Amino acid sequence: MADMRNLYQEVILDHNRKPRNYGALADADRTAHGHNPLCGDHYTLYIKLSADGGTIERVGFDGEGCAISKAAASLMTTRIKGKPIDQALALVDQFRNLVTGKLDPETDPHDLGSLRAFAGVAALPVRIKCALLPWHALRAALDGDVEASTEGDSDPVHDT
Amino acid sequence: MLHVHPHDPEHPMADPRPDFVALRGLFPALHQEINGRPLVYLDNAASSHMPLPVLEALHRYHTREHSNVHRGVHTLSQLATTRYEGARQKVQQFIGASRTSEIVFTRGTTDAINLVAHGYGRKFLGAGDEVLITTMEHHSNIVPWQMVCAERGAILRVVPMSDAGELDMEAFARLLNPRTRIVACTHVSNALGTINPVARICRMAREVGAVSLIDGAQAIPHTRVDVEELGCDFYAFSGHKLYGPTGIGVLYGRQARLEEMQPYQGGGDMIVSVTFEKTTYAPPPAKFEAGTPPIVAAVGLGAAIDFLLEVGMDHIAAREEALLRYATEALEAIDGVRLVGTAREKASVLSFVLEGIHPHDIGSILDSEGVAVRAGHHCAQPVMDRLGVPATARASLAFYNTEADVDALVRGIHIVKEIFG
Repeated sequence: MADMRNLYQEVILDHNRKPRNYGALADADRTAHGHNPLCGDHYTLYIKLSADGGTIERVGFDGEGCAISKAAASLMTTRIKGKPIDQALALVDQFRNLVTGKLDPETDPHDLGSLRAFAGVAALPVRIKCALLPWHALRAALDGDVEASTEGDSDPVHDT
Repeated sequence: MLHVHPHDPEHPMADPRPDFVALRGLFPALHQEINGRPLVYLDNAASSHMPLPVLEALHRYHTREHSNVHRGVHTLSQLATTRYEGARQKVQQFIGASRTSEIVFTRGTTDAINLVAHGYGRKFLGAGDEVLITTMEHHSNIVPWQMVCAERGAILRVVPMSDAGELDMEAFARLLNPRTRIVACTHVSNALGTINPVARICRMAREVGAVSLIDGAQAIPHTRVDVEELGCDFYAFSGHKLYGPTGIGVLYGRQARLEEMQPYQGGGDMIVSVTFEKTTYAPPPAKFEAGTPPIVAAVGLGAAIDFLLEVGMDHIAAREEALLRYATEALEAIDGVRLVGTAREKASVLSFVLEGIHPHDIGSILDSEGVAVRAGHHCAQPVMDRLGVPATARASLAFYNTEADVDALVRGIHIVKEIFG
């Protein structure tokens, strides 16, 4: 049960109960759907870019999934809101490395902030895809794609 | 070995029921620790474990009896053939088929259904013909029909079900019509546990001239199946849900149906003669078993059937019925738990949701307690859509489970609730 407390950190449970930035953006200029066909979890990410197209001005999401994927989506939106696109893309890589155990938040440089709460996912390989699902959607949205999947060739966040 | 006092003349009044505690001892996989806890295996609807007699048969075959079947005159080839065809005969007797040629070995239930979709559907379905399935089918009894319907211009129709997870039999009767060529229906729902009135369904199909295929993957481990009593044209099931190994399944097909079907794959073992001008196919079942079959897996399935016959399917059904009742009461008593699938006739499958907590989170936390359940859509997304849940957690009980296993599940659910506050 100790391991489970490590996975289900209070910040994760809180964002699962009260997801931030939840809801569609009517004026979104980037929208992407992230889907895990193995479990059925799915989220849609809505991004409103700045006038020059270089910054994520506003972001929202909706969809259904487990506590890990929902909290990952919620915390992701709080972290990327107002960030330049290149910084958001850097976060995609850092977050992937965190949950696959390739980035040690204690010793390696990173800009993850409260996203560090997901470090415990690395100990549970079957849940890594849950945490990565909204980040797949983010990468797809920023690449101008509309569909992202945790499986197959359309997987934009290559891991393992 | 398996019974307390089996046919013991010294104890004429002895209870003939099997000693289920001793039986559990014959399943090595159940006696291990997972995440530092004794394994509580409640995912039998996904795959069940194998008892020692099956494991020993697999080992014996591999170490002493193996060669290719239906070839060569040497002793081992003959022995392997005897074992493989012996397994076919065990299956035939186990499901009450009238002859061994009606038993086709496949890779599993999915393979068996695809065989019918290709061998029967592609040959006999035409534009405007109809295939009737139900809302509670596993994807393996949906997708092959979608594929063949799309190819042949046929129409796929779906029988609805109630909130409790019971088929709407009036709608079933309404949807059947002279254009219905195939009725494909599950015997027991893998996601809900519902036992469907398949004998009645096969009769209704016959009355409009349609053939019937019953997906028996979830039924055959729980109850005695007699294909003649059911009156089905096809019955499909898997070995690995029946205490046998993976890689083996069965398609029962009525002799006349198998004879009119076209083969699915071409190759060795399925022919009478081959020239470049013309190939003559072997009669069933060989016609549908191209190439070297999964011999050892068939042998393992045969050993599993011997084991189950010794225990007695009626005893297994009664034991699982008692476990289902115990588990249903225990889960219903937990605040926030809602059972999904509350049909009057049910097998020992308990799908449930916990208010505000996603089934994957339930599954992960239960796993950390050594309790193995399935979490997800159970390859039955239309069932989830119909009942308005994204997924469920599912505990599926086998005769080797105990009341203590159910108690461990209940304790685990309380821990889930505690973590999620």
